[in-house]
Amino acid sequence: MWRDARLVAGKDLRIELRSRVALNQVAPFSLLILVLFAFALDPDRDVLARAAAGLYWVAVLLSALLAVQRSAALEATDGVPDSQRLSALDPAGVFLGKAAAVAVQLAVLEVLLGVGVVVLYDVHIHGIVTLVATAVAATVGLAAAGTLYGVLAAGLRVRETLLPLLLLPVVAPVLIAATRASESALTGLATDVSSGDWLRLLAVFAVIYVAFGVVAYGALMEDQ
Amino acid sequence: MNDRRGTGSVVTMTLGIAAFVSLAATYAIGLTLPKTYEQGDYSKLIAIHPGLAWASYVAFGVTAMASVLWLWPRTRSLTWDLLAGSSAEVGVVFTALTLITGSIWGRPTWGVWWVWDARLTLSALELTLLLGYLALRRVPADAEVRGRRSALSALLAVLVVPVNHFAVSWWRTLHQGESLSLTPKDTLDGKFIFAMVLGFLSMTLVYAWLTIHRYRLARREEDVVTDDLDAALEARRREAVTS
Repeated sequence: MWRDARLVAGKDLRIELRSRVALNQVAPFSLLILVLFAFALDPDRDVLARAAAGLYWVAVLLSALLAVQRSAALEATDGVPDSQRLSALDPAGVFLGKAAAVAVQLAVLEVLLGVGVVVLYDVHIHGIVTLVATAVAATVGLAAAGTLYGVLAAGLRVRETLLPLLLLPVVAPVLIAATRASESALTGLATDVSSGDWLRLLAVFAVIYVAFGVVAYGALMEDQ
Repeated sequence: MNDRRGTGSVVTMTLGIAAFVSLAATYAIGLTLPKTYEQGDYSKLIAIHPGLAWASYVAFGVTAMASVLWLWPRTRSLTWDLLAGSSAEVGVVFTALTLITGSIWGRPTWGVWWVWDARLTLSALELTLLLGYLALRRVPADAEVRGRRSALSALLAVLVVPVNHFAVSWWRTLHQGESLSLTPKDTLDGKFIFAMVLGFLSMTLVYAWLTIHRYRLARREEDVVTDDLDAALEARRREAVTS
């Protein structure tokens, strides 16, 4: 399983290195979202800095949608689903590999968006450890849930419109928890529910979806 | 082919009458409820709103259970797949009605149509989850493929409910306390409780009645597909014999 996961993750990341879709399309898109928020909200009145955590995670979520779609599209054409089924790769390994590749791309995007938020929204970081831990837990959850829904929608003709409808309500708790957890790290103020509790919630979400993927990815692959 | 039977039977007829009678009773008793000091006439919504919410949870639960039964190899059958879909469809109606009646109550009571309370947010999320599930079901596919896809996506959606619950309640309820208790418990009059319980009963009956009909309709739709296929095959065969 782990060997297959490494193979699949390596393959996806190699494709990304050569095609640069995430770097040339998704990353500029996510920065564009940050700029759009600034247009929509008044940048002078401190609104952006106060809402930075939420805006940041909304940008991550929308970029994750694109990353997931791209990751699923890699497997959906040129008879890849069939050859993948014939390849005797462990489905759990395929899932972990694809989710890991998405997670790596998301992590790069998050760093980029983090720099964007600090520069554009004038945000000061108080708790870097909390931020990193939040990002890691949220990224794993997003990548796992995204990969599952990606393969679920991959074979469908309506996948572009269906995927956001399926994925976004499910990752809503990630948005809530990640925003609250990073809020205190950005503002330096204490909140009602500690960052630790939100982090645990993110971790539970990640564990649930990774476990579900390991068990059920094979069945989902069959339907493509 | 020209089968004009409906989807009714003695059971659904009885269920339908029971649902109608209890609904009429809920309506009548709901209207006789006294005005309350804080909420005026809107307190009468207690007769239907909690019942609607309850029925939407039942629908969600039945969809989840039926999905599990479909996935379990020993109990796998088309029945569970169709039941899951039918229950989800009826569930959307109840969830939407819950949100609508809640808003109608909230506007005069809180002064706004919507507040970001834990339970409201959860219901809204539940509605979007159900809509996504139904959208996925509508994608044409073989019965087997559709069954697996829908059952897995239903489970994926159900798994998130507890996480959602904590996320949303930590997010909101802790900030502003229980804003959604319809009337304070200590002043809840016996009459109100009776109307509410009757509402639970009648909404459950309506849910069951609608779901059974919807399920039978789904069954008939499946039959039409296979009948048409058989008829087409038969026609081709006859062509082959005559030519």
